[in-house]
Amino acid sequence: MTADVTVLQDDPDDAPDESVDETAATKAGHRFLFLRNTKAMIGFGILVFFGILAVIGPFIAPYDPSAVSRDILQPPSAAHWLGTTHTGQDVLSQIIIGTRGVLVVGLIAGLGATVVGVLVGVTAGYLGGVGDEVLSGLSNIFLVIPQLPLIIIIAGQVPSAGGVTVALVIAATGWAWGARVLRAQTLSLRRRDFVEAARASGESTPRIIVAEILPNLTAIIAAGFVGTVIFAVLSQVTLAFIGVTPVSDWNWGTVLFWAQNQLALQRGAWWWFVPAGLCIALLGMGLTLINFGIDEFINPRLRSTGLHARSLRKRRIRPRIGFTPVVRTAETTPVHRPPAEEQPAEPRPAEQNAIEEIRR
Amino acid sequence: MSASTTSGTGRHADAAVREPVLEIKNLSVDYGFGQDPTHVLRQVSLTLNRGEVLGLAGESGCGKSTLAYAATRLLPPPGLITGGEVVLTDRSGERRDILTMSDAQLRASRWQDVAIVFQGAMNSLNPVFRIGRQIADAIAAHTPGIRKKQALDRAAELLDMVGISPDRLSAFPHQLSGGMRQRVMIAMALALEPQVLIMDEPTTALDVVMQRQIVEQIAELRERLGFSVVFITHDVSLLIEIADRIAIMYAGEIVEDAAAQDVYRRPRHPYSRGLLRSFPPLRGPRRELTGIAGSPPDLRLLPTGCTFTPRCGFSTPECSRIHPELGPTAFAGAEPDRRVACILHGDVGTLPPELAER
Amino acid sequence: MSFFRRRIIFYLITAWAAVTINFLIPRLMPGDPVTALIARNQGRIDSDAEQSLRVLFGLDSNQSFLEQYIDYWGLLFRGDLGLSFTFFPTPVSDIVWQSLPWTVGLVGIATVIAFVLGTLVGTAIGWRRGTWADGLLPISTFFSAVPYFWLGLIAITVFAVQLGWFPSNGSYDRSLLPSFDLEFLGSVLYYGFLPALTVVLASIAGWILGMRNMMVTVSSEDYVTVAQAKGLPERKVMFGYAARNAILPQISSFALSLGFIVGGTLIMEMVFSYQGIGYVLYQAVNTHDYPLMQGVFLVITLSVLVANILADFVYAALDPRTRQEG
Repeated sequence: MTADVTVLQDDPDDAPDESVDETAATKAGHRFLFLRNTKAMIGFGILVFFGILAVIGPFIAPYDPSAVSRDILQPPSAAHWLGTTHTGQDVLSQIIIGTRGVLVVGLIAGLGATVVGVLVGVTAGYLGGVGDEVLSGLSNIFLVIPQLPLIIIIAGQVPSAGGVTVALVIAATGWAWGARVLRAQTLSLRRRDFVEAARASGESTPRIIVAEILPNLTAIIAAGFVGTVIFAVLSQVTLAFIGVTPVSDWNWGTVLFWAQNQLALQRGAWWWFVPAGLCIALLGMGLTLINFGIDEFINPRLRSTGLHARSLRKRRIRPRIGFTPVVRTAETTPVHRPPAEEQPAEPRPAEQNAIEEIRR
Repeated sequence: MSASTTSGTGRHADAAVREPVLEIKNLSVDYGFGQDPTHVLRQVSLTLNRGEVLGLAGESGCGKSTLAYAATRLLPPPGLITGGEVVLTDRSGERRDILTMSDAQLRASRWQDVAIVFQGAMNSLNPVFRIGRQIADAIAAHTPGIRKKQALDRAAELLDMVGISPDRLSAFPHQLSGGMRQRVMIAMALALEPQVLIMDEPTTALDVVMQRQIVEQIAELRERLGFSVVFITHDVSLLIEIADRIAIMYAGEIVEDAAAQDVYRRPRHPYSRGLLRSFPPLRGPRRELTGIAGSPPDLRLLPTGCTFTPRCGFSTPECSRIHPELGPTAFAGAEPDRRVACILHGDVGTLPPELAER
Repeated sequence: MSFFRRRIIFYLITAWAAVTINFLIPRLMPGDPVTALIARNQGRIDSDAEQSLRVLFGLDSNQSFLEQYIDYWGLLFRGDLGLSFTFFPTPVSDIVWQSLPWTVGLVGIATVIAFVLGTLVGTAIGWRRGTWADGLLPISTFFSAVPYFWLGLIAITVFAVQLGWFPSNGSYDRSLLPSFDLEFLGSVLYYGFLPALTVVLASIAGWILGMRNMMVTVSSEDYVTVAQAKGLPERKVMFGYAARNAILPQISSFALSLGFIVGGTLIMEMVFSYQGIGYVLYQAVNTHDYPLMQGVFLVITLSVLVANILADFVYAALDPRTRQEG
């Protein structure tokens, strides 16, 4: 099948490396390690921020998000930091209260999809043969069927699609990508020596999977989990936005639903829909950053290259295939005189040595 | 069978017409762009003469391939050339340093002057183009105004030259066997009749029969077309068959550079001696295979002095203090063309008889 | 032709699975909303249509599951997807057929544009690592974390409401009669521009990142170094050798993520009230029009399958190894 690209070998991404190094370029020493952590740390920071908001939201929200007031469609002010809606509801309170719904659904859906993905992916990869064909065929089918419309029609037919229902529906349809990645990795693990050894020494299959294989998949499972949470958050917000889920349950999507329905765009009420979208994007970014951190953990190639665009440019090194850069530095000028017949014995002038011979 | 029959592959590069075509001088290469790069090549100098087959041998990781790729500036990131010169003398006698060429000059020179046959023929061919097209595009890139048909005709000729039927022009790489692919690579490398052909372990992935066929073919083509060859391999016994001269590398440096027969019969460096004893001789009397104790050093943590000291059976206390330079042997007067990097050949200590065979 | 045989079997199974899921969903749901709807429209539904609905939603409890399933397939082969309640008494299939071309036009063209542009940009960034072009990567990362529909909202606010350059909704000027004259086509392009732009902006980031990573991977292959060693012009090495191979996995992942992208872009139609199938789904969901929902889902899934098959053909045309006999 065409689609069977090994996902892990794809050199996931070292982009953040090259973008975040502005502060690090000045620091010497262990900046690589430090940077790795920064990236994941920023992601975790964002996640923790929203996590705290989800927990203490009801206590710190300045207003009841559903309470109407006479301040109709007010732009941001001291009383309403993010302005008000068409019925005078406080947008900031809606967003704060709505955080919990978003995170709970995201986590439940992520957990559910990860469990299914691990079960299907690891089993398929470990079993091989017909079992593998059936299971990976199943996950390919779920990949090809458009998930969002499927979620919409399922959620649309459930009598009262509350948060947990939506989370379960998302989990039931969103496990396929993780399963696919895990299957590929299990397949390669299965042929490694330590697994072969365990099998030869008569360990039972469940024990091998639990004790030998799963520990080696931790990072990938974590990455899959984070990825599914991103997908779940986006799906849930989308469902709320198009009004499939009850519009009285506050989450960021509901805020956008009301903004769209009450013509916030036409009325120029940007404060109504911009903050909710930014929150989604911020949470998504945070989760993506965590995943970059995990990617670097999984793929050592991303760690070892040390390609830092800025410092390379400073040294006039342009790494590319087929044209090895030549950078003559003072240290590498000959320290001892080479044999006479090999060398046109005139040492190069010092300044010429310093010239870095990189062509653009 | 005596060793003299092995020179049958056409060694006409005798000392009288020694004219350098590729001179590598003090080439230094780092691996890693960071603060603490690994120095994979340190001040390597080597000369390839016109019409000569130069063998480059050493254990894996000694830098022999790195030397070839750095000299052609094909070393991938994070390789970095930090010093030296690679002087190419073209047919008109003009001398140019590859390391100071602009991109455009380098592009124009490539394949015309120096062509390379890579290690893995499996991955050297673009899997989505027909092989005819891949040979023809090299020709077209260096022959302005050539028509597609002419380039393909030339490609057919080249395939014929390496014993592949010209109707294979329209084959895709995956339809050819490993040996065929390597021949295609050789045909492609000779497309512009380069002066220098660098072959990086061209036969390693092939079976012994195929290996022999390819080696014989290269020898025959060289006879006919008169190019010079740099032949890189870890298999010294193969080199002794086809090379005129052999350079032995260890840990990013050349430790011995001499005529093939001299290296074979009278190795002057302890490492060369050990390396020769790791392979069964293809011809001549059997001898015991002893190999070399220990394993190649970690290039990031090289010992001071001679890098071979920890594995050397002849080492003296001075060896771990003084870094040996590539210079004349103890018999400099009788062996003007040999160079060795071992202080035992200098004023230090006495040369053990094993390294002093005459 | 083993490649094609495998793919055909896969698509047949997937199509079967989609139909079966569609068959099962209403039967697994608690309660039965359709009975109530039929009751409400008593007298306005002719008996044939009512029978279709009963088969589609499994209301005939005296039939066995298997019989229901066979009847269901029978209906599908006749192209009968039941009656829409919202647009009563229009058959679902009519509504779907009217809206599908709009979606194929908007989502299809915009997705292809995003793929082509994103792949080109990714090629350039992946090839020139360590230059200013890497600065595009964080921006792409941000865009891939933003929900599609929100980008649509922003686009409407800026370009339609504030600047007034484009209409904020609809798919053509309602004062014109649909025809193939220049005025009407111009209107379609004018109305479609903003939604298309938003779809492109929202989905291009993924293609840039994917292609860039594949270029980085493929660039370290020997044949790229050989191409450089041959002294080929830079453009030839970049496109003919590196990008030409890097695009193969890019197309595979295009096929795989089509379902995901189409889902996201359908929401865009809802934001722009564009009369495609996504907007129909939106209306169906909001008015609890179950037959329409089911029909739309089925058609969307089958369209994605067809797009997948097309992607496979492109892949096979680009990779000689798939054409290998045996």
